[in-house]
Amino acid sequence: MYLLLFFIFGGLCAAGALNLLLQSHPINSALSLIVVMSSLAVLYLLLGAEFLAAAQVIVYSGAIMVLFTFVIMLLNAGKEERTHGSKAAYIVGVPGVAVLVCLLSFIFLSQKSHLSNARLGDYLVTTSDLSAVLFRDLLLPFEVTSVLILVAILGAVALARRGN
Amino acid sequence: MTVPIGYYLVLSAILFSIGVGAFLIKRNIITVFMSIELMLNAVNLTFVAFAHQWHQISGQIFVFFVMVVAAAEAAVGLAIIIAVFRTRNTLNVDSVDLMKL
Repeated sequence: MYLLLFFIFGGLCAAGALNLLLQSHPINSALSLIVVMSSLAVLYLLLGAEFLAAAQVIVYSGAIMVLFTFVIMLLNAGKEERTHGSKAAYIVGVPGVAVLVCLLSFIFLSQKSHLSNARLGDYLVTTSDLSAVLFRDLLLPFEVTSVLILVAILGAVALARRGN
Repeated sequence: MTVPIGYYLVLSAILFSIGVGAFLIKRNIITVFMSIELMLNAVNLTFVAFAHQWHQISGQIFVFFVMVVAAAEAAVGLAIIIAVFRTRNTLNVDSVDLMKL
């Protein structure tokens, strides 16, 4: 059952990522990225990270992708056109990516004996466990990220404002 | 029934490589930005898988901070894209090759 769930949602992830690569219209890429992020949330649940699964759906599939689709529709982005740069990227990029994925998969699968197996529910991190670390040991970094968010909001408003 | 952690790592390697490929091949600046988000997600999956492997909570804390930084980065990046589109009227990365607007 667990293996079946992993293969369903892992396959959905990989298919969505491939669709992002193959579609030429940005709105199709954005929608397939939403599929990838939602199925990653299910994989987080399978790994026992319940808070991160919820945050993945709310922050990534919710907030960030809504922002992306909003910008795509605002700028009325059409199909992308092919240029000389894209041909060079194909020649260098496709073999390089193939080498990268083969190398990483070989390393991970050759170290498989050192890695354990994941069973459903054998290690569950609850929200209270996470918040105990976040608000006690890592309080300063947590507060610094709120300053970062504030700076990002100000920067976004300043950049996107019309006219100088 | 169990799943080896290695499968999760291989899946995240596949996602990361597709992100790298899309970053290189795509010519639309928004799609390039989306492939960066895909790479961040792939690394997040690796963090969660290793947090499960070693029963350490700090891996999930890292994912939390990556999400926060990604949200900030998306807001600023999309604002930059809007500013670039306003001055140049294009979304093609080949025609955006100067630091100034």
